[in-house]
Amino acid sequence: MALSGVQIFKLLPKTNCKKCGHPTCLAFAMKLAQRQVSLDLCPDVSEEAKKVLGEASAPPIRSVTLGAGDKAVKMGEETVLFRHDKTFVNQCAFAVEVKDTMSADEINAVVDQVLGSEIERVGQKLRIDAIFVSNASGDAGKFEAAVKAIAAKAPEVPLILSTTNPAAAEASVKAVAANKPLLYGANKSNVDAMASVAKTHKVSLGVAAEDLDGLTELTDKIKELGVEDMVLDSGARTAKEIMRDNTYIRRAALKKGNKSVGYPVITFAQRDDVMLETLIASLGVMKYASIIVMSSIDRWKSLALFTLRQNIYTNPQVPLQVKQDIYKLGTPTSDAPLLITSNFSLTYFIVSGEIEGSKVPVRLAVLDTEGLSVLTGWAAGKFTAAKIAQFIQESGIEKEISHKELIIPGYVAILSGSIEDKLPGWKITVGPREANGLPAFLKARTN
Amino acid sequence: MAFTAPNETFGGKVFQIDAGIDKKIVFGGEDVLPFHLFEGNVPNRPVVAYEIQDVPPEDWPETIKKVYEGVSGDPVTWAKYCQDKLNAKAIALRLIGTHPDRQNRSPEDAAKTVKDVLAAISIPLIILGSNHVEKDAAILLAAAEAAKDKNCFLGKAQEENYKTIAAACMANNLKLIAMSQLDINLSKQLNILITQMGFEKENLVTDPMCSGLGYGLDYTYSVMERIRLAALTQNDATMQMPMLADVGMNAWKAKEAIATEAELPIGGVLEQRAIAWEAVTATALMIAGSEILIMRHPEAVKAVEKFIDELM
Ligand code: B12
Ligand code: SF4
Repeated sequence: MALSGVQIFKLLPKTNCKKCGHPTCLAFAMKLAQRQVSLDLCPDVSEEAKKVLGEASAPPIRSVTLGAGDKAVKMGEETVLFRHDKTFVNQCAFAVEVKDTMSADEINAVVDQVLGSEIERVGQKLRIDAIFVSNASGDAGKFEAAVKAIAAKAPEVPLILSTTNPAAAEASVKAVAANKPLLYGANKSNVDAMASVAKTHKVSLGVAAEDLDGLTELTDKIKELGVEDMVLDSGARTAKEIMRDNTYIRRAALKKGNKSVGYPVITFAQRDDVMLETLIASLGVMKYASIIVMSSIDRWKSLALFTLRQNIYTNPQVPLQVKQDIYKLGTPTSDAPLLITSNFSLTYFIVSGEIEGSKVPVRLAVLDTEGLSVLTGWAAGKFTAAKIAQFIQESGIEKEISHKELIIPGYVAILSGSIEDKLPGWKITVGPREANGLPAFLKARTN
Repeated sequence: MAFTAPNETFGGKVFQIDAGIDKKIVFGGEDVLPFHLFEGNVPNRPVVAYEIQDVPPEDWPETIKKVYEGVSGDPVTWAKYCQDKLNAKAIALRLIGTHPDRQNRSPEDAAKTVKDVLAAISIPLIILGSNHVEKDAAILLAAAEAAKDKNCFLGKAQEENYKTIAAACMANNLKLIAMSQLDINLSKQLNILITQMGFEKENLVTDPMCSGLGYGLDYTYSVMERIRLAALTQNDATMQMPMLADVGMNAWKAKEAIATEAELPIGGVLEQRAIAWEAVTATALMIAGSEILIMRHPEAVKAVEKFIDELM
């Protein structure tokens, strides 16, 4: 449980030596209570205080990393149940299952899909994050071979090694230990051996239980055995169970301080029906999964899930934004139309989508409205004649184009006079109100 | 150690509402967060209504238009197809042809369409205007008279036109959908204004304004979650109406539901992508709290129904 500033103060040296950069120990304690500073700043703190404070300041959901290097995925550290309270912290990872019973060609094909899955959306790079290799054959040798083949082909992609056989676990984890795979499959019958493999190779351990009672028992035991980094599987498989267990786990960790379940959660979404699988995975995105395992990753499905994840994990206070600039859509010549819009990513998306669809090359000026839409920006004084005029003048666009005409959104037609006053020599044209009127509007001008 | 289930129960409850005469739909009535069956009562599942229009869907993307080829030429055939062939539980008839920028159809035209569709189906009907605030006042007034005593939903009433539309609902014994613009306070305020007219709060459905996946879904999702939390934790009777999500029209506006694979190579097969766009939007909004969803593609509806089966 979190300690108050005064409780923390009692544990500090109380010398007010200022070495931490704070005027007094109390001031430092207050900052610590708000988690704004780290305890390391005080060089004189006792070992005992470190231990107490360390435990108290540990996040309610432990941070666990899947994989190593550039493609490693951070999980856990969540602080709320609802995204409107505070931004969700670490985006869930999408993993695709590869079975060691599949042929080498089949495995290669999935790995290729994973490697080629990266796309960019609103300035973020998104991809299938991990491969879940399962020991479906039950054969240790086959499993190790599959794991090695995948790691050779995709050395940077984080792996989840799924087996309940400690011998298979030992061999395969050893082969790719530097990649920091997640070893999934500690259960009540193999827990000691699996914990020992995880401990020896310093990898995190996936804990598979049949229910939440069993899960609690297992994680407590594994912690005693010296493994701290765990990922939880309560045994939930149906949507109903996933909803229940993932909610219980997140709530217990955050609201009850239950450390036994204060770890990231893995959710299994595999279904024969791909569309249903997409919806189960969606449930995982919204309801607290840190890893979502799927059986396939068609592009249409990844795009829908990436987009949902972006929507759920975006900061509810700060809208996604596009950089202020003048963007070229198509290959505009110097007499191509110049339009202006706001930098709210949604606005930019809709407007640029319509323009691209029209196939008319244009320049699109994107004004920094701090992520507000055209109308909201106008109402909030961020999409004003003065700001538009200043942007156009400072952009140097006048030298690049052969005309002085600016097309503004129909909803802010009211601005046209005052922009003309502030941009001498320019003609302001009012475009359609809705972006979907743009193709007809642009085509009519070129004819 | 055993796990102590951190159950949460609340003082509040969502109103239960129904529609239709012969074959009714019932939704709402839960006293916990969406699908939290483990800690309270969720007596009804969310309902999906199929969207049809008074005029042929010329502006719908190809992928969805072709599903209704041959039946979408007139609303009666279209409605019967949804009821008989797609096993629709309800129909949402959008009178889009009444919009001044479209066919500018008259209130009399609208009334006739409503009458004809009602005569042809036995499942409940949701009657929607074209979202033109002035025109909707006149259109929905005529539509309400045509649907008198048929236990339909009528909408959408907005801040600018709720008086006429709510009065028409009361006079004709119908239920009302009230839409506000993505803001929990605006939604509450509109509910209060409408109930102050003497409109029964139990006959009201709230539409906090839908948005599609990738196109503002985050706003709708959070507004819905917040409305539902207010209903339950604060037992706030002005926020306990079931919520509507107008999914189809928003999902099918997205570039991702329209662009071909050649135009959007990162998106893969268009057909599956478009269906997923609609189904994922619907799923997200159900999880956020909406109990009645308006959708277009039968495959998307099928997936959503299967998903609900698994959740309940
Ligand atoms: C979500 C929302 C918000 C969000 C912000 C979202 C954001 N990132 O901007 C929040 C909750 C923060 C918000 C706040 C406010 N909002 Co607000 N908000 C909305 C809402 C519901 C949707 C806005 C939106 O996302 N639109 C979608 C985008 C894509 O639209 P868009 O940028 O305008 O782009 C469209 C067109 O303009 C056109 N277009 C865009 N660029 C171009 C370029 C060219 C050349 C052309 C031709 C066309 C074109 O194409 C797009 C699609 O068709 C609108 C209502 C509505 N239906 O618009 C109200 C609305 C814009 N807000 C309004 C107001 C008043 C405010 C506030 C001042 C107070 C309030 N009511 O809360 C604050 C101000 C914010 C601040 N001070 O920080 C009013 C504005 C009224 C007016 N006409 O002045 C509106 C219209 C609601 C209303 N009816 O009262 N808001
Ligand atoms: S460095 Fe430590 S002892 Fe010195 S003032 Fe800061 S908290 Fe107190």
